[in-house]
Amino acid sequence: MTAAGILSQFLQAGLALALAPLLVGWVAMCRAWLANRSAPPITLPYRTIRKLFAKDAVVAHNASPIFRLTPYVVFGAMVCSAAIIPSLATEVPFAAAADAIALVGLFALARVFIALAAMDIGTAFGSLGARREMFVGFLAEPALLMVLFTASLISGSTSLPSIVDTLAHRELAIYPSLAFSGVAFTMVSLAENARIPVDNPATHLELTMIHEAMLLEYSARHLALLEWASALKLLNYSCIGLALFFPFGIAGGDGDWGAIALAVPALVAKLGAGGFALALIETVSAKMRIFRAPAFLGPAFLLAVLAMLVHLLLGS
Amino acid sequence: MSALPLHAQVINLLAAILLLLAFAMLTQRRVLSLIDLFAAQGLALAVSTGIVAAYTGQAHLWWSAGITLALKVVALPWILHRLIRRLDVKWDVERLVNVPTTMLIGIVLVVFSFNLAVPISQLSGTITRATLGIAMASVMLSFLMMITRRKAIPQVIGFLSMENGLFFAATSATYGMPMVVELGIALDVLVGVLILGVFFFQIREQFDSLDLQHLEKLQEGE
Repeated sequence: MTAAGILSQFLQAGLALALAPLLVGWVAMCRAWLANRSAPPITLPYRTIRKLFAKDAVVAHNASPIFRLTPYVVFGAMVCSAAIIPSLATEVPFAAAADAIALVGLFALARVFIALAAMDIGTAFGSLGARREMFVGFLAEPALLMVLFTASLISGSTSLPSIVDTLAHRELAIYPSLAFSGVAFTMVSLAENARIPVDNPATHLELTMIHEAMLLEYSARHLALLEWASALKLLNYSCIGLALFFPFGIAGGDGDWGAIALAVPALVAKLGAGGFALALIETVSAKMRIFRAPAFLGPAFLLAVLAMLVHLLLGS
Repeated sequence: MSALPLHAQVINLLAAILLLLAFAMLTQRRVLSLIDLFAAQGLALAVSTGIVAAYTGQAHLWWSAGITLALKVVALPWILHRLIRRLDVKWDVERLVNVPTTMLIGIVLVVFSFNLAVPISQLSGTITRATLGIAMASVMLSFLMMITRRKAIPQVIGFLSMENGLFFAATSATYGMPMVVELGIALDVLVGVLILGVFFFQIREQFDSLDLQHLEKLQEGE
């Protein structure tokens, strides 16, 4: 553990916190451009969060402590995972605390709490959203695990920094297994982040909501934290995807300050391109019925399993 | 990780695509998309045969790549499209036996054939021996497709894609079969599809449907 490692650890977590709303704003901006509308300012998510923090919180009379606790748990889980994922440098001292499987566990923890809180008040839409969220989660989680297993098999370790180290410093070659798991990971991320083929983040119709339906009862600082957490979740998934499939520009583990300084613009550029790709996917596809979600996530699981099998057989 | 030469990497990639296409065909409901997938599989097969030919310098592999391209990418899909237009079964959306279950059975089959192929491919000395498992898996998946489908045309496409898998196995394990055998098989497939096309009309005339379950009963007392 070096000074550079600790610095890059803090820099990484801080950068994730600061960049997450910007990424959401950028995706919304790209979507507006692609739909030929005039775009909202890219800083809109920051303003929303600031506005929400200034308001007074209203909590239902029959809310249990779980309801009050959930925003902090979810936000904490997302910040923790942002600290684990090696998005800037592969030397992240905190990552020793958790490997790729624990990372999926952190996401699951956040999901369980948010679903519990949604059912806590007892409104119809809350429990509806919670059930749908668990439905999507139960389909998406195995596929995500399989993708991470494939990456772990390639590098021989489940620790995220060593996976990224191996993937970043390998010979340039065609890896069919990585291509398959990349597609599977994209599909899983779309579903997990409540993006269009599965859920519409911009909807105002409660009946079709999944993620938004669970947040209906929240207000003020609780809502601000949850919005920020979901922005962080999008950033975390993007960072995992970039680290696994485009691990170029990520600083190595030798405490090199220059490399870390170079990694920041590289990450921002990659996130910008990724955000545009996400907006493009969302623009060209239509939201599917909730019962079609297995038809979307089943192939994702299949692709992830095939990636693992192909890697085992071909060794590539 | 051992670095493979570029052509072996491309062949591995094509093998993986072949496997993916086999799965896509297994879970596809629409007949027209099925034919497109079959044509794509033929294209992947032709390209991989061409690469093996370019690397090993065996002239007859160029021929078989050309035959594959002409027959499986152009001729057979065209014949099948024409059949579907003539039979007017374009909108035939098939009731599959539960897609997720089929998919899981398919994964089990892939694991089985990969295990089966490992000892065999160790005997083979070719650069592409690792793809033998994928070739066997696509044969198995086409088998499964023929079992789970009820209509006649998807079964024929399953049969054809099984031949694709066998062809890929031959190229990957032994650098292809003798020219005479390949020509024979190609002609067999072509004639087979033509004859089956005639059969389709007969079956439909007899039963007013292409559902092969009607053929399972013996007609008695007539």
